[in-house]
Amino acid sequence: MTMPSLAIPRPVHPTGVWGWVTTIDHKRIGILYGVTAFVLFVIGGVEALVMRAQLVQAELDVVSPEMFNQLFTMHGTTMIFLAIMPMGAAFFNYVIPLQIGARDVAFPRLNAFSYWTFLAGAIMLNGSWFLGGAPNAGWFGYAPITGAAYNPGHGIDFWIMSLQILGIASLAAAFNFIVTILNMRAPGMTLMRMPLFTWMTLITAFLLVLAFPVITVALIELMFDRFFGTNFFVPGAGANPILWQHLFWVFGHPEVYILILPAMGIVSEVLPTFSKKPLFGYPVVVLSGLIIGFMGWMVWSHHMFTVGLGPIANSVFTITTMAIAVPTGIKIFNWLGTMWKGSITFSTPMLFSLGFITVFTIGGISGVMHSQAASDAQQQDTYFIVAHIHYVLFGGSIFALIAGIYYWFPKFTGRMYDELGGKITFWLVFAGMNLTFFPMHFTGLDGMPRRIYTYDSAMGWEFWNLTSTAGAALLAVGIAALIYNVVSGWVRGKQAPGDPWDARTLEWSMSSPPPEYNFAEIPTVTEVDDWWASKRRKDAAPVIAGASEDEGHSIHLPQPSYWPLVVSVGLLIGGYGLIYHYAVAAIGLAVSMVGVYAWSFEPVNDPDEGSGH
Amino acid sequence: MATAAHGGEHEATTTGLNHRKMLMWAFLGSDCMFFGSLIATYLVYKGKSKGGPQPIDVFDIPVTSVSTFVLLMSSMSMVLAYSALTRGSLKGFRIWIASTAIMGMTFLAFQVFEFNDFVNYEVHFKCEEVGTGSLTEFEESFSDRCVDGVDEVDGIHDSEGNNLTGLTPKTNLFGTTFFTLTGFHGAHVTLGVIWLLSIFFYSFRRGRVTPERHLDVDLAALYWHFVDVVWIVIFTVVYLFGVFEGF
Amino acid sequence: MSEDTQAAMQHGERKEAAHPSPLTYVAVAMTLAVITAIEVGIFYITGLGHAIIPVLVILSAGKFALVAMFYMHLRYDARLFSAFFAGGLALAAALVFALMWLSGFF
Ligand SMILES: [Cu+2]
Repeated sequence: MTMPSLAIPRPVHPTGVWGWVTTIDHKRIGILYGVTAFVLFVIGGVEALVMRAQLVQAELDVVSPEMFNQLFTMHGTTMIFLAIMPMGAAFFNYVIPLQIGARDVAFPRLNAFSYWTFLAGAIMLNGSWFLGGAPNAGWFGYAPITGAAYNPGHGIDFWIMSLQILGIASLAAAFNFIVTILNMRAPGMTLMRMPLFTWMTLITAFLLVLAFPVITVALIELMFDRFFGTNFFVPGAGANPILWQHLFWVFGHPEVYILILPAMGIVSEVLPTFSKKPLFGYPVVVLSGLIIGFMGWMVWSHHMFTVGLGPIANSVFTITTMAIAVPTGIKIFNWLGTMWKGSITFSTPMLFSLGFITVFTIGGISGVMHSQAASDAQQQDTYFIVAHIHYVLFGGSIFALIAGIYYWFPKFTGRMYDELGGKITFWLVFAGMNLTFFPMHFTGLDGMPRRIYTYDSAMGWEFWNLTSTAGAALLAVGIAALIYNVVSGWVRGKQAPGDPWDARTLEWSMSSPPPEYNFAEIPTVTEVDDWWASKRRKDAAPVIAGASEDEGHSIHLPQPSYWPLVVSVGLLIGGYGLIYHYAVAAIGLAVSMVGVYAWSFEPVNDPDEGSGH
Repeated sequence: MATAAHGGEHEATTTGLNHRKMLMWAFLGSDCMFFGSLIATYLVYKGKSKGGPQPIDVFDIPVTSVSTFVLLMSSMSMVLAYSALTRGSLKGFRIWIASTAIMGMTFLAFQVFEFNDFVNYEVHFKCEEVGTGSLTEFEESFSDRCVDGVDEVDGIHDSEGNNLTGLTPKTNLFGTTFFTLTGFHGAHVTLGVIWLLSIFFYSFRRGRVTPERHLDVDLAALYWHFVDVVWIVIFTVVYLFGVFEGF
Repeated sequence: MSEDTQAAMQHGERKEAAHPSPLTYVAVAMTLAVITAIEVGIFYITGLGHAIIPVLVILSAGKFALVAMFYMHLRYDARLFSAFFAGGLALAAALVFALMWLSGFF
């Protein structure tokens, strides 16, 4: 051993559960991310179903008002931070190294750390249900209702601590993917030859790196107010709680692009593949992504039109918000142009991508409606906004993520899903989604406020609420069908070939699932969609069905490590310590420090282990 | 060639740049947003405090100038440590990196001293100065203590002897934002000192810190200089501007 | 576009070999010390009033640039690194000014 001072042997080719715990293989970490995020997506969905049950009729008593507050807070926080973001991360992890022709990410252990830290954040947040009550101030946690004076108990503390831990996980992953994408591309893969999903991931990673520090500071300030009695958001001390809203939305608006850009990337892969045509206007799609990433910083106060920032600020943010719809609209026309005169196959990923375009466009249009400060004043905090965000986040992000699940399913699992089952799933989810959220436009314009736990029967909102709840039930059936379809395909689907879709990018140039080292030989790239082109040039190396042992023998992969897990566990202990007892926090810090030191001194590859070659 | 050896700098990368160094710069760009948000909070609340000491009451510019100077010089010492290592002088490297860490600790000592001073800040003034414009607003607020027969006000305490005029994070918005901003800078310095000392002690193990592995030191140095430039901003924006109302 | 960037990066990497001598570093340190002395000096000149603020901003920006260019080697290093740092810095500065404006500071 190279570290005699740490008399714990390094894991060498572990198997079973231990193999997953110590893994630093980007593909396994991607699977871990995906499965965990999906479980949390289901939990967030159940929370939504309970709320829909409560609202199905006027003046019901399914849950208490206090419970309802916790439900909508947990639903929003879970879906955004624990479901959509990590599902995106699952695709980053699994797909990006394959798309750029790399054998792993730039920092494999940091990657494992990201996953375990994300899991720690998920435990911290959901554990609150069992430790005296979940957070109850909405996913945006507006001050001063999150302050100690108005919100005693630990709910908000768990919310703060989990978002801080999740922030660390997201930042670590974002740094990792920036370096991976910029620095580990196959020879010849210039920036403008990168697949669109890789491009959108790169932009997303930059948004993460720049946006998360802002929410980190906001959360630190809130935490100090609660723990140490500082005055950041205490109006009595002269503080302006609007500062919280500014800091939150300076993060929050880039965050919505963090949620949607990977989705746009997935759709930009699926549409060309199933239209048998290159993406229409590749450079324009890239450029509009960059413009979205840049302009995403100039619009945040559209969440605050009713705060009273004054006519000048409202006008400025109205104009920037209307303007940011332009690059998004450009992308939609590019997607339509991609399909124009293509030979289209309506397989499940394609259906979900088409669903994405349709539903996301509706969400985009309602978004432009409340980009007008005057019009927004009517819509602020009504169900109209709830309809909008679900059209862009469910109809947008989730549809595209499900498209991605089906699209890469053969690559991830080595098996095919059942196509008929996939199509049924699509129609169930599509119908359920629209039935749930379209009526919310009506209830919203009719004046129904969000976040109320019940309403008076005289308001006339019952019919559309009943419709929404029926839609939610249908949606639940659709998600159940998705789970059944995926699990049954995974268990007993027929074996998938390396390139089942006759696809375009490098991940399809290898067996399904890929060998541990990904590429036996790193490819040289000469154009966009190089794999597609090389198939047409007939110089494509045949896809190897199953990698033989010999081939991977001389390829040296980074070895497993448990130190990333140790650091993450330290963070979790530290988080609980800050809430309950500082001595525990010190223990958490010590555990993390031990992990960091051991990690720093642990060589990427154990020289002894490699000496056999 | 699939993976670079630990600390190897000439791995084949797309850009020709080292992975770890690229990560470091991305982190520093990100950390700019962290301090930017803290400075924004400080400035948004500048002059909005209700009661309690203001910057002009507690700041001691000459003392802070000295600690600023120490931190600036530690940056020089850091770059000389790196320079010595790349030229192959392990001994020079050790001397300079140790002096960098010592200057960092000196800066922290100044900060502890300063924080302590602010927490125990007491109001002293001569009553003849009341209304002459030479007292700060905060001092003037105690001018009703100048009754017949009292020539000067000398510290203000309650019946149990507790200082009523100290500045803590709870006192007012200035205390809240000042201690948080400079405290997080201090935390960055502390982390840097731990990092530098770790490398210093590690250098006594043969072959661990070598000119070929200068990147390990380079990364720590980048972090250290970043902490220094953040202080350059804080010194001007918080301390020197501290006495101006409005801006 | 990308070829250009990469060529620039490789160019930057080559330049890295030519680090300045310790004398340059000491000269930079002396400059930093002198600027700080000037800052504190003019701070005590009363009568300058609020005109002192832009002067102090320029002086400290100069110090910032000196450390970043020489001590952090941005002057000699790849442009991509400068872009990462300048990007974060510019966005942070924009954030500070935007929040001050929206809070009615100016
Ligand atoms: Cu927004």
